[in-house]
Amino acid sequence: MSSVRVLVGTKKGAFIITGDAARKKWRVSEPHFAGWEIYHLKGSPVDPDRIYASQSSGWFGQVISRSDDAGKTWTTPGSNPEELKTPDGMPKGESNKFVYNTEPPAGKPLTTHQWYDGTQHAWEFKRVWHLEPSLTDPDTVYAGVEDAALFRSTDGGKSWQELAGLRGHGTGPKWSPGAGGMGLHTIVFDPTNPQRIYVAISAAGSFRTDDGGATWKAINRGLKSPYLPEMTPEVGFCVHRIAIHPSRPGVLYMQLHQGGGVYRSDNAGDLWQEVNGNLPTDFGFPIDVHAHEPTTIYAVPMDPNLRVPPEGKLRVYRSKAGGNEWEPLTKGLPQENCYINVLRDAMAVDSLDDCGIYFGTTGGQVYCSPDGGNNWQPIVRDLPYVLSVEVQTLS
Amino acid sequence: MIRVVIPFHLRILANVTGEIQLEVESPVTLRSALDALEARYPMLRGTIRDHVTFKRRAFIRFYACEQDLSHESPDTLLPEAVAAGTEPLLVIGAIAGG
Repeated sequence: MSSVRVLVGTKKGAFIITGDAARKKWRVSEPHFAGWEIYHLKGSPVDPDRIYASQSSGWFGQVISRSDDAGKTWTTPGSNPEELKTPDGMPKGESNKFVYNTEPPAGKPLTTHQWYDGTQHAWEFKRVWHLEPSLTDPDTVYAGVEDAALFRSTDGGKSWQELAGLRGHGTGPKWSPGAGGMGLHTIVFDPTNPQRIYVAISAAGSFRTDDGGATWKAINRGLKSPYLPEMTPEVGFCVHRIAIHPSRPGVLYMQLHQGGGVYRSDNAGDLWQEVNGNLPTDFGFPIDVHAHEPTTIYAVPMDPNLRVPPEGKLRVYRSKAGGNEWEPLTKGLPQENCYINVLRDAMAVDSLDDCGIYFGTTGGQVYCSPDGGNNWQPIVRDLPYVLSVEVQTLS
Repeated sequence: MIRVVIPFHLRILANVTGEIQLEVESPVTLRSALDALEARYPMLRGTIRDHVTFKRRAFIRFYACEQDLSHESPDTLLPEAVAAGTEPLLVIGAIAGG
């Protein structure tokens, strides 16, 4: 009997919500890591009971936790004193150690990026925004961090190494933080080509590697940025999210900052075209793709100035044509007095038939549509501010 | 033997309740006390001081015997009462909103 497991990261802990195949009956867990900001948690596609979580705190910094039993129990990988000791007897405790590689990855050490005032500023690790477990190996997981960089662990989260070719590929000194920080928030694998990975950074743009992370190129051609001085710079774009359908990994969908909107690339990011069509605004954070219909996509437009739903009406928009032609989905969603936001990592789809669509709000609601967006229901209403939503389809 | 009190969230992380008791060889300094704490509870590494620089995290404070030791050199001797175990070293999350 199929079921779903929804992994919700919030500002005050993580919640695991289990639902039946009809997605009518839900059970919400007690908070995990209560009091910690959980930017993201995600299960391994290979071993769904293995879940990685990013705990963050202004006081205590970053912690990485892992569960091998579907969230019943958690450990900080490598924290057993007997397990990981250096020759002098000190523990390594490396699961939360993210140290930038200042070796010459691309010809010279890279230690600074652009700061708000235009000067160069030292790269400083702040937190892990996004964890993306490998499609093939449960011990391999990637971490997108602030200040923007990509790290990889191949030992189940015990230790992390930076893929420094990203920062070092040439444009790194031009990257600068947006108001929310300079985070690497999107990591997308091409399921047909293990050497190809896409990442996106606020506010630098999107990047692609075709050699497993050794070398990278900026893929921002065609994007519009009225808030940048140059018309077509190589980097500087505040990409909010990129999504693909696994059957068409060369087709990318993007939600860009205001002035841009929703874009599509049909050639792996080499060139983007705007597909806003009849969307009510060009601003939003998440974008996702239907599990069984590669050209059916979802966005949640927000007022670009207020970052709340236009007219106080919470509407998910669906395009069945890969953009340009959009229909509002409102059934079951509040159509008055709604002033929440939906963040970039807070939307997900399951792979049941019909495809379920999920999103969480800054007001603490998690909504589910069990029929591809036609009808919506809140599966929980009063969680803390939702930072991320992932869903696992279990058979 | 010294006594150390850590904040609520770090007690959860380290899976301890109440005070922690640690054997620390003399001379007892902030550095040697934190080294001993992290040796026993490696999951605390990086949560009190930086992994690489060993600098105190910005919103962590160290108190003992009604003194704020946060800005002392890590190699300053801790008060005798802490070294003797009659008073605890307090690791505190600084006052902040949220």
